[in-house]
Amino acid sequence: MPVFFRKQLTLREFLCILIKFIIYYTTLLFFKVMNFTLLATVVLTAILFVAIVLVMVYFIAPRSYNEKKEEPYECGIPARGDQWGHYHLGYYLFAILFLMFDVETMFLFPWAAVASALGPQGLTAVLFFLFILVLGLAYAWRKGALKWH
Amino acid sequence: MFDFSIITQWFHSLLTGVLPEWVTIGIECVIVLLFIILLYAILAIALIYMERKICALFQCRIGPNRVGKWGLLQVFADVFKMLTKEIIKMRQSDRMLHDMAPFFVLAASFLTFACLPWNKGLEILDFNVGAFFFIAVSGIGVIGILLAGWASHSKYPMIGAMRSGAQLISYELSIGMTMLTMIMLCGTMQISDIVQQQADYGWNIVRGHIPALLAFIIYLIAGNAECNRGPFDLPEAESELTAGYHTEFSGMHFGFFYLAEYLNLFICAGMASTIFLGGWAPLYIPALEGFNNVMAMIPGFVWFFGKTFFVVFLLMWIRWTYPRLRIDQLLSLEWKYLMPISMFNIILMALVVCFGLTL
Repeated sequence: MPVFFRKQLTLREFLCILIKFIIYYTTLLFFKVMNFTLLATVVLTAILFVAIVLVMVYFIAPRSYNEKKEEPYECGIPARGDQWGHYHLGYYLFAILFLMFDVETMFLFPWAAVASALGPQGLTAVLFFLFILVLGLAYAWRKGALKWH
Repeated sequence: MFDFSIITQWFHSLLTGVLPEWVTIGIECVIVLLFIILLYAILAIALIYMERKICALFQCRIGPNRVGKWGLLQVFADVFKMLTKEIIKMRQSDRMLHDMAPFFVLAASFLTFACLPWNKGLEILDFNVGAFFFIAVSGIGVIGILLAGWASHSKYPMIGAMRSGAQLISYELSIGMTMLTMIMLCGTMQISDIVQQQADYGWNIVRGHIPALLAFIIYLIAGNAECNRGPFDLPEAESELTAGYHTEFSGMHFGFFYLAEYLNLFICAGMASTIFLGGWAPLYIPALEGFNNVMAMIPGFVWFFGKTFFVVFLLMWIRWTYPRLRIDQLLSLEWKYLMPISMFNIILMALVVCFGLTL
């Protein structure tokens, strides 16, 4: 009888099964189904590249201590006020708008790949979707969210 | 057109004949790793030299001409100088985030770099959602830039990073939409398939006529902004912000950002040539049989690099011609002009594709 159907399953046993399950399926997904070996290689390449160069610099470059050197740059005068203080609210507004339209393009991608196969029927459905988004953009425009104050 | 997958498959079968499979895959991964790093370094050096010479040409100067013949060794000298500079650690900065920032920027750069099709059968990352993957990983760079600005604990990097973040995320939309337009024309997201189609039916920019041309122009503008270059270089505007988000980065730490900036230019141009100008597909004119045969004899990677460097030249031309924009002009250009136009362009392309009006 499999372990799952036994009445008493200790926490330890349960965790073991769960971990095995996760490891098995993630490896299967990464290296067999999706073939992510090359993706992992490329990410590793980037990390190795930066790390190796930094290690090289660590041995080549000179180091000296100076109290003034460690201060934030501000045109040669002592830094004043909080550096992490305020920034313009406009950036935040544009980030929110970006979120909306980025998700929209994400939804459009699957349709785009089969647009010619779906034909005019698919187009009308997407036109409706786009119309709502254009309304959203028009609302933001009208409310002055696109204006830099 | 020569198919490189013959060589790679031959190599794979040769190794699997002698070694177990996991060792073979390991060896191939190491080869890919070395290939990427080597190509990355060579291209960075070539691009920096090209930029300096072209910039000098536009400004009626000579450019670097002292180190080596025609200043060819200037870039090597610069790299060596950068390697021997101290990496300054700021007292108040968030040390961990500060050190992590170059990793993010370089990871985004390498991942997008690996998506480019160098030749037929010579792609490193070739998923069936390739174009989508390209846009997704290019977004990682924004995290690196924001981290760099935030962790420096200084005013100029902070302002630079905020401007850069707003600019990058805004123009990412246009990049996404123009790529969407071209995917509609191709009917596939796999990058090797997109190029193969162009080899079979003609370049996308010709096949998609008006909407494709519009998309190409929008892509060039948005791509220029994505690289923080040209008239859109206000995140690192020297006269206002000293150096923008990498003001507090010294030595090779700064070098990584510099490297990524130039390679991003190449990647942007490479994607433009892949999607619009046919990647490794040779020039094909229907009536001229002899001409086509001659063109087909030129190897694919020569076509790819030729087209890419042509687009790089265009982008450099734009950079050294136009004055810098203000932040409000920059954002209104994207949100009030490019975005509505590219949305309209999507509909136009959908009509063209649905009613079979392609050339």
